[in-house]
Amino acid sequence: MRKIKFHPCGNYKERYDEELTIFETDFGRLSLLIGLLVLFVGIPLVSSNYVLYVINHIGIFAIAAVGLNLLIGFTGQISLGHGAFFGVGGYAAAILTTKLGFPFYLSVLSAGIITAMVGLIFGLPSARLKHLYLTIATLAGQFILQFLFVNWESLTGGSMGILLPRATLFGLSLKSDHAYFYVVFICFVAMLWIAKNLLRTRYGRAFIAIRDNDRAAEGMGIPIFHYKLLAFAVSSFYAGFAGALWTHYLASITPDPFTLFLSVEFIAMIIIGGLGSLTGSVFGAIFITMLNEILSHASEFFMNLPALAGVALTIAPLREFVFGLAIVLFIIFEPRGLAEVWRIIRSSFRLWPFSY
Amino acid sequence: MEFFFQLLIQGLSVGFLYALAALGFVMIFKSSSVLNFAHGDLLAMGAFFFLVLSSWLKLPIPIAFILTLAGSFAMGFIIERLFLRPLIGESLILVIMLTVGLAAMFKGLMLFIFGGNLFAYPVFLPADLSIRLGNINIPPVYVATFVISIIFLLLFGLFFKYSSQGIYMRSVADNQPAALSLGVHVRRVFALSWAIAALVCAMSGIILGIISGVNVHSTSIIGLKVFPVVILGGLESIGGAIIGGIIIGLLETFTGGYISTSLREVVPYIVLVFILLVKPYGLFGLVEIERV
Repeated sequence: MRKIKFHPCGNYKERYDEELTIFETDFGRLSLLIGLLVLFVGIPLVSSNYVLYVINHIGIFAIAAVGLNLLIGFTGQISLGHGAFFGVGGYAAAILTTKLGFPFYLSVLSAGIITAMVGLIFGLPSARLKHLYLTIATLAGQFILQFLFVNWESLTGGSMGILLPRATLFGLSLKSDHAYFYVVFICFVAMLWIAKNLLRTRYGRAFIAIRDNDRAAEGMGIPIFHYKLLAFAVSSFYAGFAGALWTHYLASITPDPFTLFLSVEFIAMIIIGGLGSLTGSVFGAIFITMLNEILSHASEFFMNLPALAGVALTIAPLREFVFGLAIVLFIIFEPRGLAEVWRIIRSSFRLWPFSY
Repeated sequence: MEFFFQLLIQGLSVGFLYALAALGFVMIFKSSSVLNFAHGDLLAMGAFFFLVLSSWLKLPIPIAFILTLAGSFAMGFIIERLFLRPLIGESLILVIMLTVGLAAMFKGLMLFIFGGNLFAYPVFLPADLSIRLGNINIPPVYVATFVISIIFLLLFGLFFKYSSQGIYMRSVADNQPAALSLGVHVRRVFALSWAIAALVCAMSGIILGIISGVNVHSTSIIGLKVFPVVILGGLESIGGAIIGGIIIGLLETFTGGYISTSLREVVPYIVLVFILLVKPYGLFGLVEIERV
């Protein structure tokens, strides 16, 4: 029988594949199992429709945030266009479903692939240059795509947008928040699993090498251009996939949400969660979505009190301010984000009372 | 033909405005290689500062103007001190993300204070400033834009060429370790470049406000037009920023005049993608050759 490991009390690795394991202890495996059980059985049982609605949003944004973290946190290339790429995925899914009659699962997958290709168009000219040219090209992409969403009326329906039929999967209606919850979170777990494993392959390690020192990476024989483009394509795929899920969930799409501010929101997610940490991106998605909900509830709350209705109107723009402030504070005081806070809390429990 | 000349003049003045805005951007990039995404919001902040002083507090225009410039200069110092200084030595990605965060923060703050309305400055340019060329009339706003931009571009050219601070700034831009070892106070240069950039931003914000009024959204979006401008001109080159600004300004007004007004806003970005494809280091940029 295999020895059950509870706690690594030092670095006793003897082979390279031990270095590559995801679970260092059996506790990790157990807690993952418990976590999945809570996620798929516990949460849908106890939550109301509204709570599930928020949780579904968290799941969808977490997929996009994981993708963006692959690009920014692991490859070291900044994208300011993920808000628009999210929209490209949404529009692709909407158009494929309404005009070509694609089934739900196929439209989501192909939306991801289409977004990856659109991403490549903007990544292609810039990925071969240094100096963060990719950032500027994605900024251009953000504005060009936003323009297309509004003005390519024959395809996107202009500012009126597109209405979608309710999604069905293998004959089952996904109309309720409960049904969609399972779709979102099965996708979420699958995408997280892919990302986690991608990082253990040669591709993932090449991404990290490029982030840490691109000259050294090229010197070791990594073709930087290919890998930067690959990272960008994978990241756009995640954004498009999440965008398609979101559009099917809301069953309509307009150009309004996909602004530069959405891109900033995604960036805020991964900075607050932690650059270069997959769990961090999930934390970030939770944090930002909750913050959004809390702020909109606050403005609703003040709106209902006649004396304070003026306050309500001023809270809406404060949303942007709060996001900016959160980004700035996290960068200055905890650049590794919530993931690092989580790690510190865990290890202080584990090492208590002898913390050194 | 008359329409063409009107567009030409309008385009040139918008171009000079972009050149001026790009100057501040290039300054920060040259001294600290930070891409400043908060540029548009710095610009809008300058414009609003002038608005408050001139039309709310009713100060005389020259005093309001000087106070705005001084205030933005101080603000640049404070921003550098509070937000950028703690990050010296951190990776560049974090610094750039910080400017993205600052942009959202400033924009939210301005929306909080001023709301999304369009404000106009009191009319203060004398009407006889307008120039008639044949049967084309150049309105005073554009004349003022030309004059102010050219004065400032010249001043900064001279500053970089001859003043000792300007030379320090160029040396830091060229090679930071070498500048350090020759006794240049690099941190002061960073602070100064942010201060000057904020000042230039306020300057272009005021001009923009005179031309089209100030509004939080549209003014800060105009600030992001510096990206096409500097990529076209070359990221490191001040001369390139001027020429890039003029080209983008002309292109934008001609597209707006002859093709469609909605395309006008995105044309610079389409050009940007093409430049990255064809001539990625811009017209006057430094081609970096790296061999591994």
